[in-house]
Amino acid sequence: MNRSQADALNALIAQLIGDDLEHSEFAAGELTITVRPARIDGHLRALRDAPGLAFTQLSDLSGVDYSAYGQADWITHQATSSGFSRAVSRGRESDGTENAGPRFAVVYQLLSIPRNQRLRVKVLLPEAAPLLPTVVEVFPVADWYEREAFDLFGILFEGHPDLRRILTDYGFIGHPFRKDFPLEGYVEVRYDPERKRVVYQPVSIEPRTLVPRVIRDDRGVGTAH
Amino acid sequence: MPEIRNMTLNFGPQHPAAHGVLRLVLEMDGEVIERADPHIGLLHRGTEKLAENKPFNQSIGYMDRLDYVSMMCNEHAYVMAIERLLGITPPVRAQYIRVMFDEITRVLNHLMWLGAHGLDIGAMTVFLYCFREREDLMDCYEAVSGTRMHATYYRPGGVYRDLPERMPQYQASRWRSEKDVKELNRNRQGSMLDFIEDFADRFPACVDEYETLLTDNRIWKQRTVDIGIVTPERALALGFTGPMLRGSGVEWDLRKKQPYEVYGDLEFDIPVGLNGDCYSRYLVRVEEMRQSARLIKQCVQWLRQNPGPVIIDDHKLTPPRRGEMKGDMESLIHHFKLFTEGYCVPPGEVYAAVEHPKGEFGIYLVSDGANKPYRVKARAPGFAHLSAMNEMAQGHMLADVVAIIGTMDIVFGEIDR
Repeated sequence: MNRSQADALNALIAQLIGDDLEHSEFAAGELTITVRPARIDGHLRALRDAPGLAFTQLSDLSGVDYSAYGQADWITHQATSSGFSRAVSRGRESDGTENAGPRFAVVYQLLSIPRNQRLRVKVLLPEAAPLLPTVVEVFPVADWYEREAFDLFGILFEGHPDLRRILTDYGFIGHPFRKDFPLEGYVEVRYDPERKRVVYQPVSIEPRTLVPRVIRDDRGVGTAH
Repeated sequence: MPEIRNMTLNFGPQHPAAHGVLRLVLEMDGEVIERADPHIGLLHRGTEKLAENKPFNQSIGYMDRLDYVSMMCNEHAYVMAIERLLGITPPVRAQYIRVMFDEITRVLNHLMWLGAHGLDIGAMTVFLYCFREREDLMDCYEAVSGTRMHATYYRPGGVYRDLPERMPQYQASRWRSEKDVKELNRNRQGSMLDFIEDFADRFPACVDEYETLLTDNRIWKQRTVDIGIVTPERALALGFTGPMLRGSGVEWDLRKKQPYEVYGDLEFDIPVGLNGDCYSRYLVRVEEMRQSARLIKQCVQWLRQNPGPVIIDDHKLTPPRRGEMKGDMESLIHHFKLFTEGYCVPPGEVYAAVEHPKGEFGIYLVSDGANKPYRVKARAPGFAHLSAMNEMAQGHMLADVVAIIGTMDIVFGEIDR
């Protein structure tokens, strides 16, 4: 998709969605629109049914947790004496730019087969109430995708027929893909030969950072060697 | 007459026809399925979360382990997503190598699918035939990357190294006589491209062999024709892609419609099914294998005539040559920085999809400018296909569930992630 196509598509979408369209952005050949959550099901239905758009397929639906966006383990404005261990020790350093916007996002990747176009629809959700209407009625494939987003991020889809966990264990506690959920988790399982069954116990893995997360402006691409 | 009772049947997760760790809870009326509830996640490893905690390049190997029968195609989507955010294009030779290996991978995947699907519904021999050819392709994987399966061969900016000049050969041992080895090495005398070309030449005849066993086989047709019919409209609504969608008669292939790498310059056809049943999907996949052989041959011809670089020359992203590192301080620094910290990717988000053997495999990548991805979401084709299990199995017999699982080409590595 080039810019003129994106602008034309965006104009059509703006007509269709109206005030609920918060923002739209064209980058890397892809158009992303941000839509208010309250009537997302109706908007996706409109995008699907409008003859000039015909986004008939939902390729993907994914949750995103923006709470740690732009945070680095290892802020290197100048050399310090504490070195590498700063990144390895628990607790992130923050340069004070906490992500102030809504914490969660649900991202729909739409595909129009008749028009051979893709569109990304993004819905931002506050941490206090990560709630939005389900789109199962519009795209049946969303059934499992929404269960997955609920399981991994704790995003609630109002009106979903069967919002159960899908990927995690039976009886799992917590939402593992949230940024505040540790990588190594909280519990591990093992077989207890005395009780003759599998038991849960606190996790014994030590968290380990081999490469600190850094954000650099000199991205190296296209710069002289 | 005996009374027929409703019952709930637990199928898997330890069942040979469950293709891994599928647990199906089937509500049955006699032998007829009323509701099928797949329980997945028994192979959930949190690949996406692990990728968020590693530099970009270290996660390429995790992608192999998603759909572990079509390894390089998974890498391809991930690498393409990174390349789009970085705004780089690999050299043309690397693009041809990628296309060639994507097609080799497609054949690998379809052979595995055909063998396993046949085995599930009672055709033993196909499995053995398929694995015979699969072995040769595994050898190509090994020759180019050093491993038979989890190759980690594609890198942002190209591929790890050029194709080897010599195809590795078998050696005589206690289990293999000189005579056997000579026969095995017959087509391994030249370069790897010679070997692949030889394979592409003889492969269509192998496909004929599989077809003699199955296509007109009465039992095969009884088990697959009119089983699990999906209309084109439903297939789109249920998120079907790849052979599952084409089997229903929708002509949609990313290689043709949204060409990536050099697919736009190559000649191949897109097979489309007529009825949307298991048999149509079987025919589509078999024809895809023939088309892949055609594509492989075109790539071999091009690669023979056009030597050149296989990875971009920007050492902020790709490691410098070992020889350069010995004498050049800057190369040494580049190497050190690349392997201790990696490279930072500009902030932004991108969705890169490839036509994976199973369907559309996409990577949604969000970067905040760090050396690790902020969020990676793998769009696995099998996930959408399996979610239609209930709809496809309803009203069928218990034995047909196995045929439906087989036709979906389920691999749990990608579904559970």
